[in-house]
Amino acid sequence: MAKKNPTIAPAASPKVEELMTGTTVFNIPLPADLKALKGMSPIVVKQPYHIDYIHSYGQDSPFFAGLSNGKLLGTKCGRCDYTYATPRLACTHCGRETKWVEIPLSGRVHTFTTCYFGGEEFLKETPFHLVLVEFDGVDTLFLSRLIGPAGPEDIRIGMKVKAKFRRNSQLKPTDVYFVPSE
Amino acid sequence: MVSGGVSKFAKARPDATFQKIVKESFDYAMHDVPKLKHSMIDGSVVSYFSDHFTRQLMAGIMATDYLGLCPKPNKRIEGGGATGGLCFQAGWEAVASGRMNVCAAFGFETMSRVPTWKGNEFIALASDVNFDYPVGGFYSGYYAMMVNRHMHEFGTTVEQLAMVSVKNHMNAYGNPYAQKRRKLTIADVRNSAMVAYPLTLLDICVMSDGAATCILADEETAFRLTDHPVKITGVGTGTDMMRMADRPHGDVLLAPNEKKSDYRNLKYPGVHSFRAGRSAGLQAYKMAGITDPLKQLDFVELHDAYTSSEIQTYEDLALCKYGDGGKFVEAGYPFMPQIDYGMKLPMKGALPVNPSGGLIACGHPVGATGLMQAVFAFWQIQGSIKKHYGSGELQLKKADRGLIHSHAGTGTYVTVSIMERGW
Repeated sequence: MAKKNPTIAPAASPKVEELMTGTTVFNIPLPADLKALKGMSPIVVKQPYHIDYIHSYGQDSPFFAGLSNGKLLGTKCGRCDYTYATPRLACTHCGRETKWVEIPLSGRVHTFTTCYFGGEEFLKETPFHLVLVEFDGVDTLFLSRLIGPAGPEDIRIGMKVKAKFRRNSQLKPTDVYFVPSE
Repeated sequence: MVSGGVSKFAKARPDATFQKIVKESFDYAMHDVPKLKHSMIDGSVVSYFSDHFTRQLMAGIMATDYLGLCPKPNKRIEGGGATGGLCFQAGWEAVASGRMNVCAAFGFETMSRVPTWKGNEFIALASDVNFDYPVGGFYSGYYAMMVNRHMHEFGTTVEQLAMVSVKNHMNAYGNPYAQKRRKLTIADVRNSAMVAYPLTLLDICVMSDGAATCILADEETAFRLTDHPVKITGVGTGTDMMRMADRPHGDVLLAPNEKKSDYRNLKYPGVHSFRAGRSAGLQAYKMAGITDPLKQLDFVELHDAYTSSEIQTYEDLALCKYGDGGKFVEAGYPFMPQIDYGMKLPMKGALPVNPSGGLIACGHPVGATGLMQAVFAFWQIQGSIKKHYGSGELQLKKADRGLIHSHAGTGTYVTVSIMERGW
């Protein structure tokens, strides 16, 4: 079953954009001989799907309230002396309940990328930079967007960054973002 | 393991629903051991990753009833990208526990049912929806951040990543089940579209429609069914925290061939390494009695969803030390000895990795992937590649012991299973 001539290198060939629009069809002709149905092409239909979830941030909710007040809230386990930049209400090391603490608003790029594509929801925002930010005295990292640099060549690991907040809170983790502070 | 089968992996299979695609792989496996009668199968396990792609809850039972395996036991196994590897191990558990003498493990994914970028959105829902997904949920972006840190820590280069892509696409040239069979150069990989810096389109696996089936049996039954069964001698499963940001920066989990002094200044796993992969590997090695994997394994089929994760996984599996993954591919260790890649590779063929072409070239129909690797490894160990591929080009001369590795999102679940010649 080996295909004789597999594709060689990918060539950028011109093509039109695929659309999710189509034609409404109300009936399909059938052959007189039902044996011919085995050779029938598949019927492909569009099935829209939309949901509004009633999503709760649950025990993470104070973090989002913090963002709307210009604060980055993380959590700390007093027993392990371990601070989580992204809050977690139970310590992963000992299982104890953690307490809310403020995280510094300045940190450094621990790692980064520039996304030129993305999930459909974010495709219109591309290209955008994602960064994991590290903070002095904090044991874990924080995922955010980096705004400002034109491309990945303008970002480096260890680069100093500071948090900025949307004035009109969307109650999403993107209410905070980072900008270079060097 | 007594038999295996896969469907042809394709970008889209509008001609069939998931049940029929699963049946293609199941029928292939059944036909390969004529002594195995349908009635001898005591039960099954089924894997698929996302209910979103099928828009069908309980698709598992629908695949099971299509195969005529009711009213016998069945359950669905799911764990992101490692779904297939977990399913393989669940099948092994069903037999090893004595619950079943013969267990069918099958898995599938039909990812063509939504456009590619909607598919990427679905996959990104396998990241924390409070903190990660809304920031720009995109798995290629997550892995790109991980490899940028790997490059920073260890000096790994984009050319080394590209070598993985060239290798796996070239290997797949000899695998008729693979979705992408291409002869590429490092320049082709680097010049293809940038997806998430530094990963290009050819550094990343593709979405796929496909299914795979493994038939597992206890030793006595296995030898009644076939003269060439493959024995599963080690299994390991590792886990790590969903949010990459939460991963610890501590000490390396040492492999038997490593010492603490090898890693004096390394904070581990951070975001550059997969602790779950190391954990799974160490468990499987211990069970199989492997202390020097590079010498004691004949080949590896690992989860190369990204070229970068293949390099990171060489290290997790202790095929080389942490930090040496880039040099490992550059020296040629993971290349096939008999294939001309158009590159100078001094250590070529020392331990072939992804002889089948891996996920990058075969495709990644998530729930089938880990089982697909088991099928390809099974044929490799049996020496039956020529029979199943139509050409013996990819058959290794010595393939007595192989490792299969399945990996879920940013290294949250990782399975490692060791398969050996059983006769």
